[in-house]
Amino acid sequence: MHVVSFTRSTPDTAAKVWVNEEGKVTWGDVATVVNPWDEYSLEEAIVQAKRCAGEATVIAIGPDINDDALKHSIAMGITNALRIDEPKADIRDSLVWSALAAGAIKKLGNVELVVFGKESVDVATDQHSYQLARRLGWTMLSYVSNIIALDPDTGTIRVEQMLEQGKRVLSARLPAVITVMKGINEPRYPNFLGIRKAAKAQIPVWSAANLGIALPVAATTVVAYHNPPVRDVATEIIPGKDSAEKAAILAERLFEEKVL
Amino acid sequence: MSVYVWIETYAGRANPSSWEALAAAAKLAENLGSDVTALVFGENARTIATEAGHFGATNAYICNDEAVNEYRLEAYAQLMTDLVKQHQPAFVLAVASSRGRELLASSAVDTESGLIADATDLRLDKRRIVATRPAYAGKVSMEMTSNSTTTYITVRGRAFQAPPRDANATVSLAEIQTVLTMNDITVEAESFTDAADDVNLTDAAIIVSGGRGMANNPKQVPSDQDTVDPNVWKAKDGFENTLRPLAAVLGAAVGASRAAVDAGYIPYEHQVGQTGKVVNPDLYIACGISGAIQHQAGMRGSKIIVAINKDAEAPIFKLARYGIVGDLYDVVPALTAALQRKLGS
Ligand SMILES: Cc1cc2nc3c(=O)[nH]c(=O)nc-3n(C[C@H](O)[C@H](O)[C@H](O)COP(=O)(O)OP(=O)(O)OC[C@H]3O[C@@H](n4cnc5c(N)ncnc54)[C@H](O)[C@@H]3O)c2cc1C
Ligand SMILES: Nc1ncnc2c1ncn2[C@@H]1O[C@H](COP(=O)(O)O)[C@@H](O)[C@H]1O
Repeated sequence: MHVVSFTRSTPDTAAKVWVNEEGKVTWGDVATVVNPWDEYSLEEAIVQAKRCAGEATVIAIGPDINDDALKHSIAMGITNALRIDEPKADIRDSLVWSALAAGAIKKLGNVELVVFGKESVDVATDQHSYQLARRLGWTMLSYVSNIIALDPDTGTIRVEQMLEQGKRVLSARLPAVITVMKGINEPRYPNFLGIRKAAKAQIPVWSAANLGIALPVAATTVVAYHNPPVRDVATEIIPGKDSAEKAAILAERLFEEKVL
Repeated sequence: MSVYVWIETYAGRANPSSWEALAAAAKLAENLGSDVTALVFGENARTIATEAGHFGATNAYICNDEAVNEYRLEAYAQLMTDLVKQHQPAFVLAVASSRGRELLASSAVDTESGLIADATDLRLDKRRIVATRPAYAGKVSMEMTSNSTTTYITVRGRAFQAPPRDANATVSLAEIQTVLTMNDITVEAESFTDAADDVNLTDAAIIVSGGRGMANNPKQVPSDQDTVDPNVWKAKDGFENTLRPLAAVLGAAVGASRAAVDAGYIPYEHQVGQTGKVVNPDLYIACGISGAIQHQAGMRGSKIIVAINKDAEAPIFKLARYGIVGDLYDVVPALTAALQRKLGS
């Protein structure tokens, strides 16, 4: 059983992020972290690979800033890491991204399960996993809150899926691509041995040519990034001699605002 | 070059957020001199398509075969893909719900088309789409364009206003057949458990949220409950008997901070923020929430924010239009009573 997880580096969630004079997104020299949603997918990949006596590989697509996320993954316990870097590809377009991702999965050859986090905290598109599954022609199971059973021998997987309307139990055939939710597990913290292993790890980098694929033309392009208008709120701290009076005034204000 | 809108349905009813997608589509169609076609698959497709007509669709493709009776990604994506390949619409829109996102992303790859997720504004610049979408937890906004024949776009819930309903408007229906049979579908749905009514945060017009402060409930833990963590008991009781009554008076959904979720006060479905749900209500009432940057990431888009916190220095007050400095266990019941009086009359 070979389990693959995709991840990348994202700016720390507490970092100040803005668009600079050149129109580029920046967060100064604040460090990046592994995409927080991926802590769950990486943990799940480690757990499931171990349960099936298999191996786990993590892949990032993009420039070397992503090595931080890959090293974090190794420190957590992922066995192999790999980065795809193709300077000619605009990976912000997910058609291009998924072509590279599918190329990598095919080249690895024996993968039966791909685990994604629900989304990237920065772009939050929640679209990469589906496009990979579709390119591979594999089963797609999204928003998984629990893997109830995974059996590589019978090639089956049973999961609980969490949607706006409630929870569903789904069973399906492998190979499959899944996205996992927070709460599916308790992601581990890297331990000393893991961190040492990560520090020493050499991460292979593959290009589109290495994957033997032709890149599709990007369909979408980013025209511009903007700093959104500052949210200019005048806060009114409601006065009053006690809670009852304050509450009555607030209720009045909310009616005036016409939000009730 | 029609503009397609996938109408999301659930248990034979439309997700009303889909009408917002119809509004976004109508604007594009008008600029293109084209029309809006609803795609309605599954149980009650005909009735729902008629309803879509009341909200601006002029045409509809409907399908209600066994394979699409319930939502199934494989069957739905195949139907959508076939329609797009055949008719090459300029756009395919849907609301950016869980299913809207996976369905449009899947079909976009099938047709090698551009995909723009979670748009909050759409305009045409000489027939070229320019979509605005938030990124970096709303700290940055980005403009995207697409050069493919068909562009798939999911629109953020509550970013576009649903059109007024016109019960006299008619829609021309065309019935289509599925291409996949049940045998082609590898995913089997075994069971379903409905979510509680008050967790549908993304569609909610009003949200009442609780944080770690919920644990400071003055109530005594009953003696038969002494095996549970007293903070957990107090916070759960607070969500149930202090926050929910306020939510009930307002018809609001119940949200929570990650601190409250991680401490086991309330299930994850309720979490608002960067690793929870992003919400855009008209009114967001934060009770016992400090307003950490990751929480703000999920609720900054709310129209009116109210903060109830005993710490006058809490960062949430910087975001709030109205604040009450005080103990939520005094303020929330008083607010519930005050609103009940006003809404009752
Ligand atoms: C990667 C990452 C992702 C994250 N994602 C999220 C996310 O999605 N959502 C999220 O919310 N957080 C998220 N966080 C956590 C976030 O940083 C904060 O820790 C969290 O939001 C704090 O929750 P809180 O405001 O309930 O608790 P606290 O910060 O402890 O605040 C509690 C507040 O309650 C007030 N209070 C206490 N008692 C009372 C009372 N009786 N009456 C009135 N007020 C009272 C206090 O004054 C205080 O302001 C994330 C963090 C990280 C690192
Ligand atoms: N360039 C990338 N390399 C590896 N994984 C990625 C990349 N972009 C997105 N992902 C993963 O795709 C999942 C869904 O993210 P998204 O569709 O970007 O919101 C997350 O687990 C991300 O880490």
